[in-house]
Amino acid sequence: MTNEQIKGIIFKLLGKIAPEADFDALLPDENMRKALDIDSFDFLNLFIGLNDELGVEIPESDYGRLNTLTNIVDYISERLN
Amino acid sequence: MAEFRMPSLGADMEEATLVEWKVKPGDRVKSGDIIAEVETDKGIIEIEVFEDGMVEQILVQPGEKVAVGSVLAIIRSDAKPAAPAVEASKTAETKKVSTKSTTTDEKRIRISPLARNVAADLGVDLSTVKGTGPHGAINRLDVEQAAKKKEPAKKVPPAQTTESKPQKTDFQAGMRKAIALAMSRSNREIPHYYLETRIDMTNTLRWLEEQNQKRSIKERILPAVLLIKAVARALGDVPELNGYWIDDRHQPQEAVHIGFAISLRRGGLVTPAIHNADIMGLDEIMEALRDLIMRTRAGRLRSSEMTDSTITVTSLGDLGVEKVYGVIYPPQVALAGFGKIMEQPWAENGMLGIRQVMTATLAGDHRATDGHRGAQFLDAVSHYLKETAKL
Repeated sequence: MTNEQIKGIIFKLLGKIAPEADFDALLPDENMRKALDIDSFDFLNLFIGLNDELGVEIPESDYGRLNTLTNIVDYISERLN
Repeated sequence: MAEFRMPSLGADMEEATLVEWKVKPGDRVKSGDIIAEVETDKGIIEIEVFEDGMVEQILVQPGEKVAVGSVLAIIRSDAKPAAPAVEASKTAETKKVSTKSTTTDEKRIRISPLARNVAADLGVDLSTVKGTGPHGAINRLDVEQAAKKKEPAKKVPPAQTTESKPQKTDFQAGMRKAIALAMSRSNREIPHYYLETRIDMTNTLRWLEEQNQKRSIKERILPAVLLIKAVARALGDVPELNGYWIDDRHQPQEAVHIGFAISLRRGGLVTPAIHNADIMGLDEIMEALRDLIMRTRAGRLRSSEMTDSTITVTSLGDLGVEKVYGVIYPPQVALAGFGKIMEQPWAENGMLGIRQVMTATLAGDHRATDGHRGAQFLDAVSHYLKETAKL
């Protein structure tokens, strides 16, 4: 799976979790929580969605370093490929 | 027979628009059934009925805006004999604020405010858009895809979209007005006192991490759940903070319904209730909270969740806030606030160390309680957060 496909899945999930958020304007290395105004619950739901869609289980200890789109895409990509 | 009236879904609500009836005359209903949907400043709310009976007459049609307390329908209670229909219509006084023409065939379009604005900007007819969001709600992507299919190169200039703009303005203005009413009343009527305490959360977080390591991602518990449960347990020790001040009288409540402040990205906040949080397990609270947040943001709350919170809990730690000095939501008598859990210097037993520390605050109504009871409450919250086995 390419990084673009992973990004597409992340955006699809965010579209359901936070339909009001304008994630098209999100920069790859921007702090997602602040840029999209999403909270811990939204973030957990994003990780649950990624687990459902891609089968990647993200341990809680890794939450802290998954703050940007780039970080999440790279993290998922490493575990898939 | 009973007049089923538009409930007040909070101290700040004056009116609402009936969106849809879930029942028709002749239908049987039982207590707890959702029988209608209304649109308020805080989104779509599902209205429950609180007695068993049969729907005898519907007095307000979808699209009508009615004031709180107006009779929406007549429900013949199982406990009482039916009254003649003519009497029902005579006694049923409906205060219609305004009416917009709506046919029974017209279907309500579920759409996020952002998507509505984008649709207006792109000139997209919403009736042609298929929603992929929660409950089929239309989101921004749906609108943009519909716009691409329709006329890829042509956009309606912003100047022509003024007809749709007021919807966003109306919602935000309505939400602000609702909050303004409740908070002004609070500051006018409630003599607040504030207390705060720092809580060492190091062991609590370590315990939570251990618990979560045993769980799949879907079963993990967030720290906010521990805060809610600790407040619920503390209210068992200090019940005076759980309840209302109504008619110049303090009215503590037995059931503990925690109103949890949930912000809306489009502006404003809602504080729906987690019912009976004191007797729920952490897993149940997590599930209830997840469900509540999803439904709050999708605009699918139930009337009971909007009306019967006995205390409010707010946590702004996600945004880095260290302390929250809340404004009590009338007629409640207390609000517990939690800040960010962060590393701080901590002196204990003559030693200085670095611990994960959170500041908990209490806003109390001084008519109902004094600082001494408030202090006991915060002490109890701290105790339960440290004694995780008791949560």
